[in-house]
Amino acid sequence: MKLIIATIKPFKLEEVREALTGIGVRGMMVTEIKGFGSQSGHTEIYRGAEYAVNFVPKIKLEIVVAASMADQVVETITKTAQTGKIGDGKIFVLDVAQAVRVRTGETDADAI
Amino acid sequence: MKLLKTLAPAAALIALPSLGLAQDEGPAPGVNASTDTVFIFNSLLFLIGGFLVMWMAAGFAMLEAGLVRSKNVAMQCMKNVALFSLAAIFYYLIGYNLMYPLGTWASEGIISGVWGPAVLEVVGVTAEGADDYGYASTGSDFFFQLMFCATTASIVSGTLAERIKLWPFLIFVIVLTSIIYPLQASWKWGGGFLDAAGFLDFAGSTVVHSVGGWAALTGAIILGPRIGKFKDGTVIPIPGSNLTLATLGTFILWLGWFGFNGASQLAMGTVGDVADVSRIFANTNTAAAGGAIAALIVSQVMFKKPDLTMVLNGALAGLVSITAEPLTPSLGAATIIGAIGGIIVVFAIPAIDKMKIDDVVGAIPVHLICGIWGTIAVVFTNGDASLGTQLYGIVVVGIFTVVTSAVVWFILKLVMGIRVSEEEEIAGLDMGELGMEAYPEFSKG
Repeated sequence: MKLIIATIKPFKLEEVREALTGIGVRGMMVTEIKGFGSQSGHTEIYRGAEYAVNFVPKIKLEIVVAASMADQVVETITKTAQTGKIGDGKIFVLDVAQAVRVRTGETDADAI
Repeated sequence: MKLLKTLAPAAALIALPSLGLAQDEGPAPGVNASTDTVFIFNSLLFLIGGFLVMWMAAGFAMLEAGLVRSKNVAMQCMKNVALFSLAAIFYYLIGYNLMYPLGTWASEGIISGVWGPAVLEVVGVTAEGADDYGYASTGSDFFFQLMFCATTASIVSGTLAERIKLWPFLIFVIVLTSIIYPLQASWKWGGGFLDAAGFLDFAGSTVVHSVGGWAALTGAIILGPRIGKFKDGTVIPIPGSNLTLATLGTFILWLGWFGFNGASQLAMGTVGDVADVSRIFANTNTAAAGGAIAALIVSQVMFKKPDLTMVLNGALAGLVSITAEPLTPSLGAATIIGAIGGIIVVFAIPAIDKMKIDDVVGAIPVHLICGIWGTIAVVFTNGDASLGTQLYGIVVVGIFTVVTSAVVWFILKLVMGIRVSEEEEIAGLDMGELGMEAYPEFSKG
């Protein structure tokens, strides 16, 4: 099993969700986050004074899938979340040691 | 609609016999239609104007609630409702008679000889028993004038938001509404020395708005800026929590201003007076529009994106600018006077920031600087005004308000302290001063 953590632009969430359910992903966790990467914020003006927006709003997705499916998920997210402009986000893939479905006690592949 | 249809004939049936009765017996005793109308309509103008200006207290409360951070909103609402209520009580106890000596001066033209609470006419007063049958009821006049006093206090609370302690602020409000405001207002509106000198201020660009502005400025300097507002010589913006509320507040103030300026005609019993009130309504509205659009355009050009908070300030700036003379300008002149006010605030807000004076809602540019501008602008449309006398009035009122306010603020600072602790300021005054929050279900931002 693999855990895929992806940060994407907030307006891309719906498109990414549709594409992932389309390839058979059956669940995901979504968090509204702020952060910075190579985009490293931008400046705005409020009542005549300039200020830096150091942390940009993003959406964080956390998806656990069978190891065999991980590459397809990464590819799908990359394809749908891409605008080609700075700030499109990043994807990280981690190994998962165990998974349990709380309702039934099923484990690992049966739980995801 | 159905209900109206069935009620209308019934109403006509009720009305008809009474009409017949009136024709048979003549007017009821004690009714003199030809002279009563002046008393009735003048009083009515004061009452309508008064409750419109009262509603400005809601406007200030919403504007300020929207421009402070969410951790200080309940405190800001508390200050607004408390200051309005204190103004109502202390204007009754001391302010009204201090402001309107009606010729009984302790020192001619400078200080009233009448000290004590306001007294209304008796219940069911007759024409003969009325204090001033040729003019208006005392109750209507008291009610209307009280609202102006409360407005002055409202101006101060926004500037000092997010760092002042509740009780010292309220004590300042008591002194402002019982002494500082009424005393200087007697010099102009009570028939004192500024009035005798020919100083013109129709609805209070100087008497109300600049006084609130001067008191706010003095308080802001003595109180100091919010933590984090100025860092290493640069200005750090602290965005407000709710621009929707700030917009609603601005529109409420805009509405209330028709009472503020319109009813300051002080009479509606003749064709001329009611036509003048109409002129004032139209001019007041167009000045606000001019101020808003000017701020919209100037902030777009200067900052590349238009700033909503400045457009809101611009509308209010237009209103303050037209307040010293809302009657004599043409619609075009009123629009321009308001627009200049709107331009002034867009430049004045960053300029005041540069002076390291922290004015949370922009009350100093709007009420003080545009109050001065509006008082000067009287000379462009009113032939009775002279620039020298207008400046004289502005300076006299300014010096008096700054000195008296500074004395009160310094005494309060010495005796009880006026500023909350650093820890409380960072955590928010809602929890520190009140122990409750405006938005308890949101996490802290």
